[in-house]
Amino acid sequence: MTDPSRRPAVALAAAVRSGERSATEVVEEHLATISQDDGTIHAFNLVTADEARARATAIDRQVARGEDPGPLAGVPVALKDNLCTRGLPTTCSSKILGGWRPPYDATVVTRLHAAGAVMVGKTNMDEFAMGSSTENSAFGPTRNPHDTDRVPGGSSGGSAAAVAAGFAPLALGSDTGGSIRQPAAFCGVVGMKPTYGTVSRYGLVAFASSLDQIGPFANSVADAAQLFDVIGGHDPADSTSLNRPTPRALSVVDDGVDGLTVGVLTEYLEGVDDEVAARTRAAADALAAAGARVEEISVPEVLLGLSAYYLIAPAEASSNLARYDGVRFGLRVDAEDTTTMNTATRSAGFGAEVKRRIMLGTYALSAGYMDAYYNQALRVRTKIIEGFAAAYRTCDVLLGPTTPTTAFAIGEKVDDPMTMYRSDVCTIPTNLAGHPAISVPFGTSTAGLPIGVQLLAPALAESTLFRAAAVVEAAADQGGRT
Amino acid sequence: MTTPERLTRQEVAHVADLARLQLTEAELDLFTGQLAEILDHAADVASLDLTGVAPTAHAMAVTNVLRPDVVAPGVDRDELLGQAPSVEDHRFRVPRILGEAP
Repeated sequence: MTDPSRRPAVALAAAVRSGERSATEVVEEHLATISQDDGTIHAFNLVTADEARARATAIDRQVARGEDPGPLAGVPVALKDNLCTRGLPTTCSSKILGGWRPPYDATVVTRLHAAGAVMVGKTNMDEFAMGSSTENSAFGPTRNPHDTDRVPGGSSGGSAAAVAAGFAPLALGSDTGGSIRQPAAFCGVVGMKPTYGTVSRYGLVAFASSLDQIGPFANSVADAAQLFDVIGGHDPADSTSLNRPTPRALSVVDDGVDGLTVGVLTEYLEGVDDEVAARTRAAADALAAAGARVEEISVPEVLLGLSAYYLIAPAEASSNLARYDGVRFGLRVDAEDTTTMNTATRSAGFGAEVKRRIMLGTYALSAGYMDAYYNQALRVRTKIIEGFAAAYRTCDVLLGPTTPTTAFAIGEKVDDPMTMYRSDVCTIPTNLAGHPAISVPFGTSTAGLPIGVQLLAPALAESTLFRAAAVVEAAADQGGRT
Repeated sequence: MTTPERLTRQEVAHVADLARLQLTEAELDLFTGQLAEILDHAADVASLDLTGVAPTAHAMAVTNVLRPDVVAPGVDRDELLGQAPSVEDHRFRVPRILGEAP
């Protein structure tokens, strides 16, 4: 499995490191694709062409001097616009951060830089990562490259679309309840949410701090593994960062699934589209054919995930977003006293979904309701963790669909929050448990839209997760249509 | 655990005030219906009997995270203040916070 077409970003870096291709040429190629197609797709809030060209020149000079720029030498990367980039606008697709330029880089940005990667831009998202379609952006929606009348998913829709459209072979997103995996499934790319604490959140604008995790988008499992290897690892600047060895990814990705037990998650197959369920079962067959033991497994607690999440995440958000008060950065709407200024700024700066979640969270934490809603949701979180733990006593990985449906039409769900929230039903339990999971493209629907299957693993079992994902990917390459 | 009463328009107005959000009458109507629907869905969680189950606020909790007590450069003060909407004398400037204008 060393076919370079199966790991385009890794192959690109190898070509730049060996001097076979210049970083400048690679970056110009991608900037040309962006300028040709992003007017239609709108994956980017900002294209950093000048910075990318300067960076590519520096990498080419390093290669000319005989230095190694790193494992991602010259590889263009798109960054979700909630990752801080020093001196460059970081908007979270919100009006309230208008004009803000962070005074520091996120740790993942520093690590990408040290690995030789080249940032080509900041990608569109649902405002403050709250949404499942990228329609909740103050700058307008991103379109799905497979069908521009459809959403790319969300909240990291711009990053998923950027990889799917060929704007960059790699991208970073953040996943609080499925915001990497769901858009990856909708856009036909690989998207992975790491174990909570394996990737530093330093410089990631907070949404729900106990759930947020940064992770990779790529065109292949091996490329996602390479990007995970680069961004993972302990960071003293994030007090929730795990101070223990990060699981290996790229070096084990081709190790296969012989001897592993895969549990097909019964609850995730209930209420999903027939085509999506059929592809999930086909992925189970592919894993069995590759030597895994496959069994059905039930984790009934996951059915409570959606309700628990939509209490916990808004509660944390209502606290995190209290900092947008018009005092220290971003938008200020002037008023004669500070309380009125705070209120005027927040009312003008936040969009409808952010306001809904702040209010939901404030309510769930308010006197008289905190035990019935927030504390109760935290007890459900314990039950979900126990449910997964029971499944992992017999299974190494779990398998299910990533999303109940394929990409829906722009405008279809945007006025109905509860219906929109249901598109996260298969991804949320993973975040509540702090576990890793990955979405792998596995064929298309009869309408030609991508279908993603999801693999889940216990905390810090990324090595197993990537191995199983590579097997599913290889089977998809051998003919994926339902 | 019993499910609380259905959310009212007055409660939404109160919560918006707590969260420093000003809503129009139309927004108040819209959000009351939408938030009530979300909380109705959450009734499956609110109505469960989970007596004796410990809450989990953090799935991968780490405790007592310390760093070596060494001096390291922080973020430049002027760079931080340069991001503020209004600054005076190296400090953030805000409108009056008490009843009387200065």
